[in-house]
Amino acid sequence: MTTVLGQRLLRREDAEILTGEAKYVDDLAIPGALWLALVRSPVARARVRSIDTSAALASPGVVAVYTGEDLMGEWAAPLPVAMTTTPDQKVPAHYPLTSGTVNYVGDPVAVVVANSRQEALDALAGVVVDYDELPAVVDLEDSLSDRVVIHEDLGTNASYTWPLQPNEAAVDAAFASAAHTVKERFIQQRLIPSAMEPRGAVAVPAPFGGTYTLYTSTQIPHILRVLLALTLGISETKIRVVAPAVGGGFGAKLNIYPEEVLCLALARKLKRPVRWTETRSENTQASIHGRGQVQDIELAADENGKVTAVRVKLIGDMGAYFRLLTPAIPILGGFLYHGVYDIPNYSFSCTSVFTNLNPTDAYRGAGRPEASYAIERCMDSLAAKMGKDPADIRRINFIPPFENGHPTAAGLSFDSGNYEPALDKALEIVGYEGLRKEQQQRRESGSTRHLGIGLSSYMEICGLAPSRIMAALGAVAGGWESATVRVLPTGKIEVVTGTTPHGQAHETCWAMIVAEKLGCSPDDVEVLHSDTAVSPHGLDTYGSRSLAVGGTAIALGCDKIIAKAKAIAAHQMEVAEGDLEFANGAFSVKGTPEKAMPLAGVAFAAFQAHNLPDGMEPNLTAETSYDPPNFTFPFGTHVCVVEVDEETGRVELVNYVAVDDCGNQVNPMIVEGQVHGGIVQGLAQALFEEAAYDEDGNLLTSTLADYLVPSAAEMPTFVLDHTVTPSPSNPLGAKGVGEAGTIAAAQAAINAIVDALRPLGVNDVRMPASPQRVWAAIQAAKGA
Amino acid sequence: MMRPFRRLMGVVPVRVSMTVNGSTQEHDVEPRLLLVFYLREVLGLTGTKIGCDTTSCGACTVLLDGESVKSCTIFAVQADGAAITTIEGLAGADGEFHKMQQAFHENHGLQCGYCTAGMVMAAVSLLEENQNLTEADVREGLEGNLCRCTGYHNIVKAVLAAAGSGR
Repeated sequence: MTTVLGQRLLRREDAEILTGEAKYVDDLAIPGALWLALVRSPVARARVRSIDTSAALASPGVVAVYTGEDLMGEWAAPLPVAMTTTPDQKVPAHYPLTSGTVNYVGDPVAVVVANSRQEALDALAGVVVDYDELPAVVDLEDSLSDRVVIHEDLGTNASYTWPLQPNEAAVDAAFASAAHTVKERFIQQRLIPSAMEPRGAVAVPAPFGGTYTLYTSTQIPHILRVLLALTLGISETKIRVVAPAVGGGFGAKLNIYPEEVLCLALARKLKRPVRWTETRSENTQASIHGRGQVQDIELAADENGKVTAVRVKLIGDMGAYFRLLTPAIPILGGFLYHGVYDIPNYSFSCTSVFTNLNPTDAYRGAGRPEASYAIERCMDSLAAKMGKDPADIRRINFIPPFENGHPTAAGLSFDSGNYEPALDKALEIVGYEGLRKEQQQRRESGSTRHLGIGLSSYMEICGLAPSRIMAALGAVAGGWESATVRVLPTGKIEVVTGTTPHGQAHETCWAMIVAEKLGCSPDDVEVLHSDTAVSPHGLDTYGSRSLAVGGTAIALGCDKIIAKAKAIAAHQMEVAEGDLEFANGAFSVKGTPEKAMPLAGVAFAAFQAHNLPDGMEPNLTAETSYDPPNFTFPFGTHVCVVEVDEETGRVELVNYVAVDDCGNQVNPMIVEGQVHGGIVQGLAQALFEEAAYDEDGNLLTSTLADYLVPSAAEMPTFVLDHTVTPSPSNPLGAKGVGEAGTIAAAQAAINAIVDALRPLGVNDVRMPASPQRVWAAIQAAKGA
Repeated sequence: MMRPFRRLMGVVPVRVSMTVNGSTQEHDVEPRLLLVFYLREVLGLTGTKIGCDTTSCGACTVLLDGESVKSCTIFAVQADGAAITTIEGLAGADGEFHKMQQAFHENHGLQCGYCTAGMVMAAVSLLEENQNLTEADVREGLEGNLCRCTGYHNIVKAVLAAAGSGR
């Protein structure tokens, strides 16, 4: 058997990127295309008294200007929401352009269509909108009070309250009898996903046949095709969606955006190609934000530090409207507030509210970083309260090792877990005991440069998702994935996948899976994806699902290929199927290895179809749609070491060790790359990034000069290792790793900062822990 | 009356000529046209990317007379007479990767690829300036180039590898 899996195969995707040949949406040359530019609200909440488009229409190169009212006839349905959290969930009406009101800075009110990008942008100033400003709601508790109701027809700002409270009496009893309790409030600030490629779209009508191709910077061409058909009333058969090279997503391209719908609607209306490319400041204002939660969390523990109950109440910031998955995000985390710990009593409730801010939605981790942050911060609080080492409190509470299912208090079943070895390994690599000694020495010497060590034994839910569980959660669609494997007459292999890579190296890795299964070279395998004309079925890439679900679909497709090929080989070789075995890409007679037929030979025979078993269809092709029986639950322990300057509040990252367990790895090089990038996004939340609004709802961080995406200069080199606990949920034993770093890192950093400063009386620092915030926390503690 | 106004608005074209990836280019461009749009939209060299509107991200980094510049920060007319190298002009005539391209490939220094052209060009310039790069030099030297995928770990590794490769 060849062993391709587990090798650090270099990426086949690299060459065309490194030579500048890869084409992202804005790189596509589309002759005759019209350009869109959107007029966006400069105020957070207003009635629109009037819109005067006359000056814009007179501007050079302008073809048309449309307001929301002008285009109402184009929509067959409002912009969709794919999640009904509760039967009484309140959903505000939302169309690609607003009419009558605006509800956040960036809300699109009109669209200019011109012959060039620059002419469209130049004409924006010629659209004069008269706004009657109204009070805006930017604070979550203020929103909850309904002092101002944003969507008057809904009657309240609260969209839904979603409880996961299996046994409140038991939780109450656990708190009543607790020896120790911890109660914390954490603020999950809004984040801007900031993929380096801003979004873009171009809709191209075919010269005949009434069909359209939409090239768009998306993670979800397949889902988008369905949603566009429903939103625009165009037959799904007439829409082809292509995601060309996509420059990062992180959840922000897991949506149906007004601009995509507008490009297609206006291509239909004007019978010309229509395109739009986002500017960065449009991206920060009006592509989705992530996070945005107020978390109240309490733990109850017995005299030994064993946690007996966790109770969580969230307020989720939905923003002004729902985008595709907005209401689902806090709930995804709702199953994880017990972390990797054996906590028998569980209570979670989330009330989600509207604000006059940009809508939130999925950002790397989506609900799970928030949950992991809250429980891991609390475990440190409990350890401090009891005078225990943070590592010890975790050991006391870990769920014991299990290989095949562990029912959780929140009602899921973890697949497999072995948490302590990852902690042990991380502590050993970082030199934990030595660091604690050094920390103590510094404290005794009166140093103002405090050493802090932060642990994060994180847990996540990946492999989205078992369709029946998705249905139970109120999701419109399930979470299967499809694959087609074709062994061509020449023996080369085409694999069609429904996953949609945008940096994750699916072409390299899916070829490795096929090579492993079919005994060929990865170079013989072509991976086709991201174009609904090539790959008609798929549910795309998000939620660390692509390998566990899409990769499994490919592996199962290969099994079907082998089964069919075996029947053909047996027929051609005139032996019984049971006498054949498949290894190294060939069928051979057991015990007589010289009597063999390679898979390529079988493929040619299947193509010739001269001599196949009676009733067998020609060609060596297999299609699969795979619906996973369960989620996967990767885990690990990250350790962050910081030095905090008491006098300036500056935090220096001294070391960062990550030990992750994502089950079996296909390509460790790719796994490590995902972890590196994920860690930096988590550290960015902890230390640098915040989508900050003023009290009137103006975004203060609307450029990359103000929104502090870290550079190489702010980041350390990381030390990575792993443990391997295969998942029983899929035949690859894979768990997924796309979000792990982000889910683990923020609390590792904040735990480290608080660990450094605890002797000064600091118990929390709000994210992002800027020098100013850290310094203020120190001063507040000293003054207290 | 009309003409000076049009000139002020920057819509009266100006002749520019420059060498781009070794070939001479000459075009009439609006004075307000940024170099990055000249490269991408006039010359069709779309390997150079646009990631922001504040000169923060570095996706548009190219070499101007051998030094890295952010091509969204200068007008095409300011590059008149200069020699520009973009990512498309980095590999050898025979298609062989520049050692920086090779190092990014071998060290998995790219994921989505959107920052890559700018990152590679900035790294080429950095290495040109300093043959004895340390990790700290690389991290500081690439401060003006943002990447959202790699966490910089493998980018730094790649640049150090290219610096040490001696090719």
